[in-house]
Amino acid sequence: MSRADTRDTASILAARADARSQGDGVSDWMAYLPAARTPYPPAGVDPQLLTWAETVAPGGYTHKVVSRGTRIRLEDVAGDACAHLLVFNALEPWERLNVADTQKIPWQAYLGAGHPLLSGDGRVLATVVADTSGHHDAFCGTSTDLWNLEKYGDAAPHGPSPSGRARLTLAAAKHGLGPGDLPPSVSFFQGLRVEVDGAFTWQGSAGPATYVDLLAELPLVVLVANVPHPLDPRTDYVVGPLRVHAWRSSPSAPDDPHADATPERRRAYLNTVDYAEARGL
Amino acid sequence: MNTTIETATSTVPVGAVHTPDSPLDWSEPLVAGTVLLDEVVAPNAPWSTTVAAGQVLTIVDVGGNQSADCLIFDAANADERYSVPDTLAWQGNAYVRESTVLRSNLGRPLMTVVGNEVARQDTIGGACGKESNTLRYGHHTAFQHGCRENFLTEAARHGLGARDLVSNLNWFMNVPVEADGSLGIVDGISGPGKRVAVRAERDVLVLVSNCPQMNNPCNDFNPTPLRMLVTAPGLA
Ligand SMILES: [Zn+2]
Repeated sequence: MSRADTRDTASILAARADARSQGDGVSDWMAYLPAARTPYPPAGVDPQLLTWAETVAPGGYTHKVVSRGTRIRLEDVAGDACAHLLVFNALEPWERLNVADTQKIPWQAYLGAGHPLLSGDGRVLATVVADTSGHHDAFCGTSTDLWNLEKYGDAAPHGPSPSGRARLTLAAAKHGLGPGDLPPSVSFFQGLRVEVDGAFTWQGSAGPATYVDLLAELPLVVLVANVPHPLDPRTDYVVGPLRVHAWRSSPSAPDDPHADATPERRRAYLNTVDYAEARGL
Repeated sequence: MNTTIETATSTVPVGAVHTPDSPLDWSEPLVAGTVLLDEVVAPNAPWSTTVAAGQVLTIVDVGGNQSADCLIFDAANADERYSVPDTLAWQGNAYVRESTVLRSNLGRPLMTVVGNEVARQDTIGGACGKESNTLRYGHHTAFQHGCRENFLTEAARHGLGARDLVSNLNWFMNVPVEADGSLGIVDGISGPGKRVAVRAERDVLVLVSNCPQMNNPCNDFNPTPLRMLVTAPGLA
């Protein structure tokens, strides 16, 4: 029996009743509203401070505009998530994540706790303030349609193996940003390392239930695609759910240990506070 | 502060010019063919050209260890442009060498390195700029010229702007990555007259900044000219 045989949708009233009867459904991948009612509240966080609670589907994406001082937790529930991240200054989105500066200015290629995610304008967009995984990548970006077509045989956004770039392109479009607004991204929860000759060695996941906390240092447009890392050696499109929670917190202060850790970081946070003060943020 | 303010003839900082005794080797195209273009990029200056599919661009490091910051766009659709992560992921390696395919943000080949006289070319070190200089060297360096200024200036000539600037190549710059993830710009491994040659796989727009940076060794603290040659192979 097809679904059409069991549903009464012949009239508008019947169709409306049928539509409304679906509203209390649940999915493994969904946003929880209001965020305070999340079934997975982060330990030690007052639920009333939550502004974002969601589980992102494997192969899915999410996006949000968050205020300065928002703390965003990305959690790899099953150990197979890969969170491809882009952040933009929500007020001037041509200021955005600059991966080269994010690696070069801290003199460190590998992302971890305390690492600033820098824009190309000499400011910190977000800080990695906690990290229980340590398996991340800032070299390889995300997958393209061409990559997924070769690797999985399909890259259609409506198919079984959408690319990270296609996901980020859709997320960006919902904030008025086009394909040309997407710079290289970073990814969390699937790591790699660089050998002496430059070759990448796959590190993969640190296991289930790890998380990364990002602190928004400016108002941000946050785009996240949850798709396999391009160098994931598994031939199948394997990716697990990604949980996202965000709550109101405070931006870094210049004398916070991570902000005062090195001369480069000290000046990066000084620049960021200078911008925020001038804009009245 | 103990800074002495002196009257200058111009408030525009004058760029550093290489010392008169710098050895300069102008070299020649790395790939044989008819020379279609032969230009010099002055120290500190921006430059651009289009290279048609099949043509080869030779960049000569005339004075040695002079970083040539480089962006590449599809000439017909600038939204498709050079992508560091796609180039690195497809080849599985962090360094650019001969036969590296320079890929776009859609993963497609824009250019291929068909000749290279430096052991390792950089594409992870990004571009210098006034703003990033404040982080790296202090706010007293923000008045200096930078590659970002050059890229913005040259991009504007092609209707492109800040949103079109992404991570770039740095021909003749040396950025090793160590086992613990330490990464940084160190003394160069190029020399006067050394070259790289890249073949266009489709019609491309190439933007170059002859890097003005004077606060690190990427230009050997002595910015020198670059020679740019476009050749059409097989027509010689
Ligand atoms: Zn430069």
